[in-house]
Amino acid sequence: MNIFVLLKKTFDTEEKIVVSNGRIEDDGAEFIINPYDEYAVEEAIKQRDEHGGEVTVITIGDEDSEKQLRTALAMGADKAVLINTEDDLDEGDQFTTTKILEAFFEDKDVDLILAGNVAIDEASGQVGPRLAERLGFNYVTTITSLEIDGNTAKIDKDVEGDVEKIETSLPLLVTCQQGLNEPRYPSLPGIMKAKKKPLEELEIDDLELDEDELEPKTKTVDIFLPPEKEAGRVLEGEVDAQVKELVTLLRNEAKVL
Amino acid sequence: MSEKILVIGESRDGVLRNVTFEAIGAAKKINSSAEIVGVLCGNDNLNSQAKEMIYYGADRVVTVTNEKLATYTSDGYGQAVLAVMEEESPDAIVMGHTAVGKDLTPKLASKLESGLISDAVDINLVGDQVVFTRPIYSGKAFENKIITEGLVFATIRPNNIKALDRDDSRSGEVQEKSVDISDLRTVIKEVLRKASEGVDLSEAKVVVAGGRGVKSADGFKPLYELADVLGGAVGASRGACDADYCDYSLQIGQTGKVVTPDLYIAVGISGAIQHLAGMSNSKVIVAINKDPEANIFNVADYGIVGDLFEVIPILIEEIKSLKVNA
Ligand SMILES: Cc1cc2nc3c(=O)[nH]c(=O)nc-3n(C[C@H](O)[C@H](O)[C@H](O)COP(=O)(O)OP(=O)(O)OC[C@H]3O[C@@H](n4cnc5c(N)ncnc54)[C@H](O)[C@@H]3O)c2cc1C
Ligand SMILES: Cc1cc2nc3c(=O)[nH]c(=O)nc-3n(C[C@H](O)[C@H](O)[C@H](O)COP(=O)(O)OP(=O)(O)OC[C@H]3O[C@@H](n4cnc5c(N)ncnc54)[C@H](O)[C@@H]3O)c2cc1C
Repeated sequence: MNIFVLLKKTFDTEEKIVVSNGRIEDDGAEFIINPYDEYAVEEAIKQRDEHGGEVTVITIGDEDSEKQLRTALAMGADKAVLINTEDDLDEGDQFTTTKILEAFFEDKDVDLILAGNVAIDEASGQVGPRLAERLGFNYVTTITSLEIDGNTAKIDKDVEGDVEKIETSLPLLVTCQQGLNEPRYPSLPGIMKAKKKPLEELEIDDLELDEDELEPKTKTVDIFLPPEKEAGRVLEGEVDAQVKELVTLLRNEAKVL
Repeated sequence: MSEKILVIGESRDGVLRNVTFEAIGAAKKINSSAEIVGVLCGNDNLNSQAKEMIYYGADRVVTVTNEKLATYTSDGYGQAVLAVMEEESPDAIVMGHTAVGKDLTPKLASKLESGLISDAVDINLVGDQVVFTRPIYSGKAFENKIITEGLVFATIRPNNIKALDRDDSRSGEVQEKSVDISDLRTVIKEVLRKASEGVDLSEAKVVVAGGRGVKSADGFKPLYELADVLGGAVGASRGACDADYCDYSLQIGQTGKVVTPDLYIAVGISGAIQHLAGMSNSKVIVAINKDPEANIFNVADYGIVGDLFEVIPILIEEIKSLKVNA
């Protein structure tokens, strides 16, 4: 099977957000593989181990994205592709990202694409379904189980807590939800091997794309932090008195009762 | 020239979800003089749902009824909605940011090569520009975003943008459109319903959520009682779901439901960032936790440091007596 994983590098979950001049400061921030893409990498490796074939991890990013790709290779992916847009493009959105991925996949022989259900930074959840539509693939979002048998895929899909049992066929794009698997940590031998695994770097020229067709359809005009909340009021005294005070506050101050 | 805005409705068990009405409210914010056209897909008679949309502000509703639309699939609904869009050529489209909205709208946007702003919590007009506000980085920041070209297309987070008042004197045309839906390539064999009956968690005005601190399924019972006296719904953290104290359908957070109630009571929840992503926009947050250092206190408006098993029964009694005296 030819398996591809879409991987985005994101801010570390615990990273504090600093905004200056209407943008998010990323100097010195720690980056990780988007957590939902870790589920995708893990699932890809499992499916390959079961059915044979190859796992290619692909990211659109900059030079620094190599780190997350190496981590995926150390987990067990076979190949990585970095589409580096740093020199060519200043702006992009989900349309841009999809367009680049579409061009990448144009001449590829694909059975399965795994993406994250959502990226924890910009969190639109658009890229998976957008790409599937461009490629004419079946897609299922927020999956928690995947069984492939020949050309058929049996899937559990999380729908706000309900589980849909779905059957569909390859080629297929799925987006991964928490609960699908437990991503492995890269092992030491894995990390050593990863250094020698192929990591191809492409630019938009190589995909026969030019800036004009990648012009985003949306634009961020401002970024700001949530209004500073007054420090919450921690109540004191006997439990009884605290609860009474809470109810009074909820009624008279917060006016929610 | 007057504009046209499509609002894609969504129902659960034959009843329209409230976010559908909020989406009509959102359409009004985008352009208060536009014609608002509701779109409904399904297999049953959609007339009464269509009327509801009109009572809440739609000018006209197009329904597509087909046996292949009995349950939502991106394939089936995609074909139906695209057919309506082709006929109507709207200037804008709004839908709820729900499981269905998240699954369907990127497909439509991609087909049309248009922009899409997902999960908006506010909409404002700046000059003639429509500016959408949406949370980013798990709610640690917000961005204002505009569509620079073509169709204005957005999904809205439930419980943030106000619906108009229901007015059943309003009338409007309900048009049935028949669409040929080709064979579905993705088939739902079975749906295991987990979500509990009663108040829809993502639309509840009050949410009482329990975490690992609640310690057992039995421990959740008082939370149900509290939710009941408050007319709210029960939610949970991942920790509580993983420990099997309650079902995953109650999970709130980045992986679970995103809620914006007027009142959120976090009981025995530590306040991990993935949990906050699903509730930090709540209007008033109460935390009950025995650990004064728990992160949940950093987002709480009111906190009680104490043993939840002591606090909750008293809280239930206090609220009961408040309701009796009211
Ligand atoms: C040239 C360019 C410039 C950009 N400039 C900016 C900018 O200035 N500011 C800014 O905030 N954002 C910028 N972006 C990022 C862009 O706005 C979105 O973050 C991106 O399209 C992904 O959307 P999302 O974060 O909502 O991901 P989602 O749609 O939530 O992601 C879902 C899944 O799609 C896949 N995916 C998402 N992004 C990528 C990726 N890059 N590579 C591989 N797979 C991916 C992953 O599997 C992910 O889990 C730029 C993008 C490009 C291509
Ligand atoms: C990719 C990813 C996605 C995730 N998505 C989600 C998500 O959507 N939602 C989510 O919730 N989590 C999510 N998580 C998990 C999250 O990181 C936390 O592990 C989880 O929220 C912890 O649940 P908890 O607060 O109930 O448990 P804990 O962190 O164990 O906290 C229990 C709390 O109960 C308190 N307590 C104990 N006993 C008592 C008592 N008697 N009285 C009062 N207080 C008491 C303790 O002081 C403690 O603060 C995700 C994680 C990852 C990696």
